[in-house]
Amino acid sequence: MSTTTQPLLEVKGLKKHFPIHGGILGGRTGYVYAVDGISFSINRGETLSLVGESGCGKSTVGKAVLRLYPITAGEVRLDGNRIDNLSQSDLRPLRQRMQVVFQDPFSSLNPRQKLRDIIAEPIINFGLASGSELDDRVGDLLDRVRLPRDAMYRYPHEFSGGQRQRIAIARALAPGSDLIICDEAVSALDVSVKAQIVNLLSDLQDELGLTLLFISHDLAIVEHLTHRVAVMYLGKIVELADRTTLFGTPHHPYTRALLSAVPVPDPTVKRQRIILHGDVPSPINPPSGCRFHTRCPFVFDRCKVEEPVLRDVGLGRMSACHLDVVPDTVPNQPVVAEAAA
Amino acid sequence: MPPLLEVQNLQTHFGTLDGVVRAVEGVSFHIDAGETVAVVGESGCGKSVTAMSIMRLIQTPPGKIAGKILFQGRDLLELTEPEMQAIRGKDISMVFQEPMTSLNPVLTVGRQIGETVMLHEGLSAKDAEQRAIEMLTLVGIPAPARRVREYPHQLSGGMRQRVMIAMALACSPQLLVADEPTTALDVTIQAQILELMRDLKTRVGAAIMLITHDLGVVAEMAQRVVVMYAGRKVEEGSVEDIFLHPLHPYTRGLMGAMPKLGSSLTTTGRTKLTEIEGQVPSLRKPIIGCAFAGRCPEVTDVCRRMAPAIEEKAPAHWVACHYAARAMAAA
Amino acid sequence: MSTTTLPTDGFTPAPELADVLPPRKERSRLGMFIHRHPTIAVGGFMVIMFILMAIFAPLLGTVDPTALAPAKRTRAPSEIYWFGTDMLGRDVYSRVIYGSRISLIIGFAVAFLSAVIGLFIGLISGFIRSVDAVVMRIMDGIMSIPSILLAIAMMALTRASVENVIIAITIADVPRVSRLVRGVVLTLREQPYVEAAIASGTRMPTIILKHILPNTFAPVLVLATFLCASAMIAEATLSFIGAGTPPIVPSWGNIMAEGRALWQVKPYIVFFPALFLSITVLSVNLLGDGMRDALDPRMAKRI
Repeated sequence: MSTTTQPLLEVKGLKKHFPIHGGILGGRTGYVYAVDGISFSINRGETLSLVGESGCGKSTVGKAVLRLYPITAGEVRLDGNRIDNLSQSDLRPLRQRMQVVFQDPFSSLNPRQKLRDIIAEPIINFGLASGSELDDRVGDLLDRVRLPRDAMYRYPHEFSGGQRQRIAIARALAPGSDLIICDEAVSALDVSVKAQIVNLLSDLQDELGLTLLFISHDLAIVEHLTHRVAVMYLGKIVELADRTTLFGTPHHPYTRALLSAVPVPDPTVKRQRIILHGDVPSPINPPSGCRFHTRCPFVFDRCKVEEPVLRDVGLGRMSACHLDVVPDTVPNQPVVAEAAA
Repeated sequence: MPPLLEVQNLQTHFGTLDGVVRAVEGVSFHIDAGETVAVVGESGCGKSVTAMSIMRLIQTPPGKIAGKILFQGRDLLELTEPEMQAIRGKDISMVFQEPMTSLNPVLTVGRQIGETVMLHEGLSAKDAEQRAIEMLTLVGIPAPARRVREYPHQLSGGMRQRVMIAMALACSPQLLVADEPTTALDVTIQAQILELMRDLKTRVGAAIMLITHDLGVVAEMAQRVVVMYAGRKVEEGSVEDIFLHPLHPYTRGLMGAMPKLGSSLTTTGRTKLTEIEGQVPSLRKPIIGCAFAGRCPEVTDVCRRMAPAIEEKAPAHWVACHYAARAMAAA
Repeated sequence: MSTTTLPTDGFTPAPELADVLPPRKERSRLGMFIHRHPTIAVGGFMVIMFILMAIFAPLLGTVDPTALAPAKRTRAPSEIYWFGTDMLGRDVYSRVIYGSRISLIIGFAVAFLSAVIGLFIGLISGFIRSVDAVVMRIMDGIMSIPSILLAIAMMALTRASVENVIIAITIADVPRVSRLVRGVVLTLREQPYVEAAIASGTRMPTIILKHILPNTFAPVLVLATFLCASAMIAEATLSFIGAGTPPIVPSWGNIMAEGRALWQVKPYIVFFPALFLSITVLSVNLLGDGMRDALDPRMAKRI
């Protein structure tokens, strides 16, 4: 990565607050602080994953970048040009460069359109082809996602979940986009089909030089296809690092808890697990100071009053924690007993 | 001693307008008292239908169950509905995937737990509430005396699943059927619930039939594993056998397709997952030959023609593959 | 468990399992449709019969429904006058058969017009928030008046004619369709495929035309069927109280209104048009019920 090339996508201080209406008069009674000031950038050809649990705001980031709703504050730059302040009509030509694949392969395709019309829609929108050339392009895209060409005359309901997700990927590739936002794109799929789609995305990235923003709650999947990872908790990024660093030597206590909570498919492995107590607090009324302090096993007084900023904590990690060194073990946590003992 | 639960040649079929769906086709397995058996497979493999058949919660018609389900020696399929109701919730209880839809939204948590014990143990309303508070304490819900008067919507997803478990355990059942109990939960909450289930198991001593698609959960919870595919049992063995020496190509495929945490630390660059090509076969038509033949990397003509019998290829390790011996030699 | 004795070449075949349920019966395509959607089949068949009856009224052994025959007043049903004659000697059978034309025309016209207008208003309200607030309050206002009163009031302002009856009932029905469509549009707007279309640069008019509109047709069609049935009843009600079609037109409501004075002695004058009205409304409602069940049940709950 040379210093002269700028990142393909740059997000600075992004905020998205959803107003809550209530009361007899329907007035605004508060906000859901879904995304509350996050910054990251993605280089061309790179995969950045946003991970976190439900309600952490990761999907909101994706939709805000796509400008599917107006953003509250912050800057979004595509290839150095601000897109957060463009009107929808000025933004439209730029949509050719960023596309999306959603989680649910059943509701993300219009049931009344044939595959050809689904995949051709973005091509027609940007006037990229017409007539027989359009059919050729749709056929090529079906080849790319490894579906038969004659599938273009059929309807989505004739396909299984995995095949539909291939259709959604073909649609996302159709306008020749650089950036694809995958919003839990493989979460709804079965293990064996999930592997097919993950491999397909990796291959497509290598073949076409795609840039991916991969939004997922599944850390094991993320580890298989990402370059860098940003961990989110209650609307904030708590840790940002490259793949091997984050999975090998995580810094933030939340990242560690998240990693240790993933069940390991190996009955012979025993490990110490950090079990987080309690539930994720509400994003309507997030905790003061560090948002993780209500569940953090290493909490101390400063955490409750002062919000930590994302800073370099060594080994190429950016972490939002007051501790410079986080202890490796949590006192009074049991080792997970071997199940078959 | 006979096993606590013995399922023999279970067939659960559904008559639909498009034809007969053979959701479960000839499945046999057993669960001993106090042990945890995981039933794994992908969606549509028949694992949930198996659980629902054991609970006799299949609507008949359109469904129809054949075979034997022996629970403490009695065939559940031959009981009348009132007899079955006396067993359901008392001797066998169930935890569902989605706690919000399986709790009644207009009853307090205490009422819902209390109703089971009032029904099965004839406790008074006051004693039932006391039991409900005890159960909530058992499943680690803070301030149980207050929570017992709350409604399901006032609780978080993890709390609701704890309430479901409390309800299921209220009458000290012999067998707990848990259908994807953590699938709808976040990973840190899943860790809490799995920890709770392990802890309760040692204290309550109920056998658990754990239905899941998550091999990680299986490895952490189960002693024995039944692998299902297209309504059939394709492999059964101890958790070590299944994870370390899988004999069926489908089980091996699942293991390879499952992404593993820490993969980036042992290899450089991005690693490819093993794919299982193709799609699950339709259950609307009788399957000729091995059900996995259409996706199996080692398929032969024999597989396409003849369905393999399930045989004990190693001690307590059953597999339905014509070429299991070859897999054993390679292992 | 029995094992087959075919040659197995050393491989062990799985034991054969008996079928638990009988196999599906082979049916023709029409047979399959009737088996799947019996209410649509029955309702649809009856509606088609009524339409044919209305079209071929002159061929069904009828005489001029307005022909007066003072000598043959109030005859009881007989071989010549199947449903008898009224106090002006007109053949009730012919009047009832011809009357189906008026009922069906009014039913279908109201259903079609209120569907089209309601679809238009609903689409606009679903998409433009500023319009939504105003339009929906107006619709609420109209809906707060019982629709039959609204129709009576409107008929009082105009002269009696079939067109005016259609307009009056349509005005009362439009809010129902537009509320439904607005609700469907608001749901569809949140659908991932609509978001995906926005993200792939599709312009708003195309989104409405390709992604929203086609998915509103099914629920609107079902609602229109019910409106068709209720419009027939509304027409009969209006005519019965003299606020509907002009008395010269042989509509079922008019026939009943005329027979009202004699209904204790000559009940058949009221009975036959009432019977036909009931059966027609029933078959249209059956058709609607069947279509609602055949469609997405989530959408069906809105109706």
